[in-house]
Amino acid sequence: MAPDQDHLYRLRNRPVAEKLVDVGFKNITVALASVVAVVLFAILIVVFRGSLESMGRYGLEFLVTSNWNPVDDEYGAGAAIYGTLLTSLLSLMIAVPLGVGTAIFITENIIPPGIRNLLGLMVELLAAIPSVVLGLWAIFVMEPFIRPGLELLHTAFHWLPIFSTPPMGPGTIPAVLILVVMILPIITAISRDSLNQVPGKLRQAAYGVGTTRWGALIHVILPAAVSGIVGGVMLALGRAMGETMAVTMIIGNSNNFSLSLLAPGNTIAAMLANQFGEADGSQVSSLMYAAFVLIVLTLGVNVMAQWLVKRLSLKY
Amino acid sequence: MTLSTTSTEETGASNNTALSVQNATISYGGNEAVKNVFCEIPRGKVTAFIGPSGCGKSTVLRALNRMNDLIEGCTLKGRVLFDGVDLYGPNVDPVEVRRRIGMVFQQPNPFPKSIYENIAFGARINGYTGDMDELVERSLRQAAVWDECKDKLNESGYSLSGGQQQRLCIARTIAIQPEVILMDEPCSALDPISTLKIEETMHELKKSFTIVIVTHNMQQAVRVSDMTAFFNAESVEGGSGKVGYLVEFNETEKIFNAPQQQVTQDYVSGRFG
Amino acid sequence: MSFTSARRTTDGLPDLTYQPTSSRNVSSRLLTMVAAIFAGIAVLPLILVLGYVLIKGGATISLRLLTELPPPPGLEGGGIANAMIGTLVVTLIAALIAIPVGVGGGIFLAEYSRSGWFAQFIRFGTNVLSGVPSIIAGVFVYGTIVTSRIIFGNSYSALAGGMALAILMLPTVIKTTDEGLKLVPDDLRRAALGIGASRFVMIARITLPTAFTPIATGVVLAIARAAGETAPLIFTALFSPYWSDLLSGDGLFAPIASLSVLIYNFATMPYEFHNELAWSASFVLVSMILVLNLVSRWLGQFASR
Repeated sequence: MAPDQDHLYRLRNRPVAEKLVDVGFKNITVALASVVAVVLFAILIVVFRGSLESMGRYGLEFLVTSNWNPVDDEYGAGAAIYGTLLTSLLSLMIAVPLGVGTAIFITENIIPPGIRNLLGLMVELLAAIPSVVLGLWAIFVMEPFIRPGLELLHTAFHWLPIFSTPPMGPGTIPAVLILVVMILPIITAISRDSLNQVPGKLRQAAYGVGTTRWGALIHVILPAAVSGIVGGVMLALGRAMGETMAVTMIIGNSNNFSLSLLAPGNTIAAMLANQFGEADGSQVSSLMYAAFVLIVLTLGVNVMAQWLVKRLSLKY
Repeated sequence: MTLSTTSTEETGASNNTALSVQNATISYGGNEAVKNVFCEIPRGKVTAFIGPSGCGKSTVLRALNRMNDLIEGCTLKGRVLFDGVDLYGPNVDPVEVRRRIGMVFQQPNPFPKSIYENIAFGARINGYTGDMDELVERSLRQAAVWDECKDKLNESGYSLSGGQQQRLCIARTIAIQPEVILMDEPCSALDPISTLKIEETMHELKKSFTIVIVTHNMQQAVRVSDMTAFFNAESVEGGSGKVGYLVEFNETEKIFNAPQQQVTQDYVSGRFG
Repeated sequence: MSFTSARRTTDGLPDLTYQPTSSRNVSSRLLTMVAAIFAGIAVLPLILVLGYVLIKGGATISLRLLTELPPPPGLEGGGIANAMIGTLVVTLIAALIAIPVGVGGGIFLAEYSRSGWFAQFIRFGTNVLSGVPSIIAGVFVYGTIVTSRIIFGNSYSALAGGMALAILMLPTVIKTTDEGLKLVPDDLRRAALGIGASRFVMIARITLPTAFTPIATGVVLAIARAAGETAPLIFTALFSPYWSDLLSGDGLFAPIASLSVLIYNFATMPYEFHNELAWSASFVLVSMILVLNLVSRWLGQFASR
């Protein structure tokens, strides 16, 4: 039967064109995949080459001096680097408990599933709101709202260096708060996913030996989910360091170094957003140098996040 | 170079041999899964591969139409001849091999398309120029699933029951008119009634096709096959796992009633495995 | 019996009633309350931001707003129409670049090389690229395309902006494609190859269509994210107070307005009318993004059926 039907199957022997399409398609996908690597290396090279001039002039001193003066053509990114680290770490300190707590609240069987899903949906939508809209909100709603509180802080604690200057509107604290709003959804979403992935068996085992809900959570479920949560926190840290628009709009963009959290400050990303468009000459190079520092910082955090997730997930 | 233009004189493949496995050793990574298999699969008959789990019978089956190519790190030493042509020759295109040697899998795996499209898809990529409606009906009839399908050809393949899905998959393979159909434990996911129907289908199919079937079920081998190959696995010195090998290959009746090896006797009488 | 603490009732039966004052139950309730409060605080900003954008921005929506150009600084009257078109154009350019590249790369990762060293390297690179701050994409495009005037001698342009956004979209599209394709059962791949399909036919006719919904869901989310991005645009696409000339195509090579850059520019202006326009633009932008998010959610539910 097979042989007498054979003539009906025109392509039984594959035509050359078909084979060429097959091989060509594979090669196209390889080329397209390589675009990622090319873009990544190109970013590193372009920014590095752009910053060479400034690197040669200031060396590592650039990282610790904070006089940024386009008029005298003197540059040092110390204040911006300090601001980047400070705002991102402070916002992390606030957002981690909030995010993990929220994740527990929406994964544990405390409230009806309908409300749980609604809360989860709202946190995800919060992540979808553009940063520039949050900045707008921070300028016109949040900052005026918290100003009286900040003034109170200043009057009561002005002898503390971190509250030593009167609040003048934009400043480090409003920037930290808006960063909290921005990274909260990441921490919540990743913590929720990690908690959901803990096998039900573990939970049953914990309940089976008579623990309470929180006993099970603290001793069994959170340790099992820790790799994912830590990864999420690191990703959030990277995001916070690179976050640009909302911070630019509310931090005040001052390159004068100040210990006070109530004073205007700066971050690398904010400085880039603010000055890149109008910069020329060695200012561009110095901005590129700052951008390079930002890349190194975020890259380090992200690589560490991936490494931690891999390492910690082996334990469990 | 294509298969049909290659001469068939290479080795002593007689006209009655469809597939000839010659000293095949198949490894995953560095580990040998099955070694030194010699086996002549006759044309127009049903050949069954039996043996305990891990003896490499499915591995050998997948080697017959180069499905092992999909597994990274899987290599074959030795030769597999199809009508005298080495399937692992340097110029052989595995896609063309699979157009002549079709396969039915353990789990029913219809495409997420309509029943009609499930059949027509394969025929079309093989450049079928005949009457498609006629081919779909004939294939479904041959696979004994036409009555269940004829009123819902435009419904999804998943609307069928498990046994019907498996027969749809058989029909899909028939529709490309291969010379050989490989079946990898086609009934292991099915209930006894569906299994019986598929066995009946096989009796019909062997009039037109050469069939090789891997089965866990010895009664099934007795019921459907003309020839039986018994595989076993044994630990090797210095190796970590077990390595499969072909113990005995003979007419089914002989394997089950008068095996020449003691292990075969033990296995078919249910003493192990 | 060493568990002397096991309580008994007066009848000598084990006492299993809930003890509201026992320390473990008190702390359990306390922690639950704390978690509830945290969840409340986490949701609060969303309600506040959305509320303000919808109320303050929604109140300003008028036909004029949606059809006219923004006024020069200091003057009043006009709208944000050119920025709405600009956002669509720039996002579209980004999607046209990022979707083919990302889907193609994802196909390579999922279908051709799951565990090869090159695939691992690309996966790592994708993760790293997704962590690169959005402003850096802007700096990069500025340093390569804007200053070199490589696009027919034009410096700031809609195309440059679209490319910067594409860099941000790319990792998301690759990841969704990779993961979407991995969800397709290998059974289907074997089925296709088993009847003599080539890899290309298998991918084009079986695996890609099967994975369409998860891929589309991820792509829509990536588009939504790109539409709201500002940092990569402020010194690539810049801004324009005029209509961009899209009919002749010249508009693609010139600076172009976008909602997000409009919000940034107008929010920091000392003119109340422009601040108002920033709120209006926020309303339009957030609505667009929420609609896209709902579309992707709908796609996802469509798939699970």
